[in-house]
Amino acid sequence: MSVIIILISVSICIAGGFLAAFMWSVNDGQFDDIQSPAERMLFTNNTINKNQ
Amino acid sequence: MAKTIPTTKTLCYHCGDECSSRPVTLGEKSFCCSGCKSVFEILNENNLCDYYAINQHPGTDQKVEIRKDKFQFLDNDDVKRKLIQFTNGKQTQLTFYLPQIHCSSCLWLLENIYSINPGIVSSKVNFTQKEIFIAYDEQQTTLREVVETLARIGYEPHLSLNDISSKDMNRLDRTRWYKIGVAGFCFGNVMIMSLADYLAFSGEVEPKIQFFFKLLSIALALPVLFYSATEFFTSAWAGVKNKYLNIDFPVALALVITFTRSIYEIAMGIGSGYLDSMTGIVFFMLIGRWLQSRTYQTISFDRDYKSFFPIALNVVKNGVITPTEISNVKEKDVIQVYANEIIPVDAILSKGTASIDYSFVSGESLPVSVRMGEIIYAGGKQLGGLLELVVLKEVSQSYLTNLWNNPVFNKTETAKQTTYDVIGKYFTYVVLAIGLLAGLYWFGQGNSTFGWNAITTVLIVACPCALLLSQSYTNGNILRILGLNKFYLRSAEVIDKLASVNHIVLDKTGTITQANASNVRYMGRVIGEDLKPVIASLLKQSSHPNSKVVFDFLNEANTFQVEHFKETQGQGIEGWVNERHIKLGSPKFVDDEYFPDKKGSKVVVAVDGEVLGEFIIANQYRFGITVLIQSLRKHFTLSLLSGDNDAELRNVQDLLGHESPVFFNQSPQQKLDYIKDLQTRHHLSVMMLGDGLNDAGAIKQADIGIAVADTRNNFSPSSDGVIDGSTLPRLHAFIRFAKAGRHIILFTFCISAIYNIIGLWFAVQGILSPVIAAILMPCSSITIILLTYGLTEGLARRYGLGERE
Repeated sequence: MSVIIILISVSICIAGGFLAAFMWSVNDGQFDDIQSPAERMLFTNNTINKNQ
Repeated sequence: MAKTIPTTKTLCYHCGDECSSRPVTLGEKSFCCSGCKSVFEILNENNLCDYYAINQHPGTDQKVEIRKDKFQFLDNDDVKRKLIQFTNGKQTQLTFYLPQIHCSSCLWLLENIYSINPGIVSSKVNFTQKEIFIAYDEQQTTLREVVETLARIGYEPHLSLNDISSKDMNRLDRTRWYKIGVAGFCFGNVMIMSLADYLAFSGEVEPKIQFFFKLLSIALALPVLFYSATEFFTSAWAGVKNKYLNIDFPVALALVITFTRSIYEIAMGIGSGYLDSMTGIVFFMLIGRWLQSRTYQTISFDRDYKSFFPIALNVVKNGVITPTEISNVKEKDVIQVYANEIIPVDAILSKGTASIDYSFVSGESLPVSVRMGEIIYAGGKQLGGLLELVVLKEVSQSYLTNLWNNPVFNKTETAKQTTYDVIGKYFTYVVLAIGLLAGLYWFGQGNSTFGWNAITTVLIVACPCALLLSQSYTNGNILRILGLNKFYLRSAEVIDKLASVNHIVLDKTGTITQANASNVRYMGRVIGEDLKPVIASLLKQSSHPNSKVVFDFLNEANTFQVEHFKETQGQGIEGWVNERHIKLGSPKFVDDEYFPDKKGSKVVVAVDGEVLGEFIIANQYRFGITVLIQSLRKHFTLSLLSGDNDAELRNVQDLLGHESPVFFNQSPQQKLDYIKDLQTRHHLSVMMLGDGLNDAGAIKQADIGIAVADTRNNFSPSSDGVIDGSTLPRLHAFIRFAKAGRHIILFTFCISAIYNIIGLWFAVQGILSPVIAAILMPCSSITIILLTYGLTEGLARRYGLGERE
């Protein structure tokens, strides 16, 4: 049964990894402006080429 | 009666405004003004016409032309240093506030701006903050050129030393994300551990594993209590220090007791504690708080006069014009002020024709003409051409700045108790009393274990977390709904204040009347070119605001002598011009038998006893304001304070009813004192509605001060909330909605109390299995969340706030 102790520890560590990823993304400013990236992704193909 | 047939509307290709009868055209496209056309031309040249493909009419109107050397001051090193965030001599980075940003076209254009000015290395828009971050190459372009590029395509940055957002604010916001993240993570994991415990039959789980699970739960609960929940403790402590109990106090108490009791149970091996409930409730409460605090980042509620002022002034010295930063402008300097610019200093007019609009400072709606050698006060806006002024008092000494030094502006808001704090307080007393009584009973029986159990159980079960949850979720949703209806509140506490208002003070100019009341239409027989100057001549004689507005509308420079001029107060004017008898005024005054088909503010014109037609002054009073005031009158006492002259006294008195006090010619100080008087002598909870700086003191003094803004980008004084002029008629519905919010909170709280009582009832009898208990806890939280959401949405619809643009 003690294998479950290892399993739980591992699963907590993995979940902790996700928590760290979340913290990182917050720290990176991903949640500061949630509107413009959503709009921006629609334009990537339309970017003007200066040399045209 | 013949009427002019309105022509089909042509909308400006750039900004979507209605074009005049003779639009500016380019190919097949029509523009409302040459400004819009030139923006289109620039975009066309640079292959940026996708701007118009993404959204229809994405631009903002360019009717006000930008003066050629307007941004000359950006070459000044002092000014530059204050604006620039980073520079290494080659690349410079800075952020501008662009209030014009409103759609995806804006975003696209601004991020492709490098194709217009290749010196711009990168540009990134923050849509929520309406900011653009720009990095440019110092070798290829200058700050001034960057700003000019932006201005040329219709995005003139708002340059103010006050408004440049500090990056510290963002960081403050982020801690809440961290706390929610930690609480969510711990809650989820504790829940899994507890579930194993709940689902297992006795003896099925090894004690070793069980002990490990419990230990892990404690370890996971620690960061929740000591990190995520810190704001409840600090807030409770702040309340205790100020000698009052706020709603966070019982919450903090319950959290501590739940935690210690859980530790005790686990340590003694008598139970598994309530750590899952504790972490869960913290998680839900934090989300509620976040929803509640998600106010409008783009709106600054704390503007002071500095953000209305320009950054720099043109100082003339020995014939040389040097742009000088405003704080370096000294007494006796000669400054230049251009049309439509705000004068930031008290000064004496030395050159030019001054027509100063003081509506911003005093509320006086008519511009004042100032003669050479007379004083112009800070805050006035020049409407005419170029002026030269001699500075009398520097910015820091001027009349306007002194107004701002009134103690009202410097007092820090002391934490006031909200209704929920009061409820929370009594709730705490009652719960503590019940717990103590139960405890004392068992202690009296000589059973101290049962005594402690009773006290802690009561406190845990009767945690006012539910009240806090329903309060924050309801308020968060109310804020959101009001925001969608263009009524933006500073914080959730304002909702509570809004619900307890019992007296409303209104400002006139710009609040119940539109700021620029010049939207005149003419209906009737065509007035010949020969008649126009004749009518204008008569209008010129009258000082009534309506006459002024119609006179401006006719736009006649040449006027004639008027004979036998007669003005009947509040009715109209008549007189002889060029041997013709002209009569202007209210329908009744001009011709008894003339009945206009629609009501509203209008000036009827009759020549030689024959009615020609009527001038309809559309926006004199805001649309729907009459209905609003009629409905407000039934539930609140009203008063009106105006800095304007009393020409409108009769109209206003009719509108507000004769029981409401109406005061004209009020200085900002008088307005403030009036509100103070209402609060201290009559013990009223006052709401002040105003615009402009002249109301700033009153807005600050009032229990709730609301600034009326005609566009969201307008600058409004420091206030508790900003209401868009177009939704002002719905103010009463907003107040009702806020009041209904209170009922929602109490109702949902009662529901959760019933949950708790049922739970307690079964728990006491020992027939509540732990699994059910574990499911019940999040269920009650989720029920509250769903109920508050559904009820607020339903009520919003009932008060007509459901349909939004």
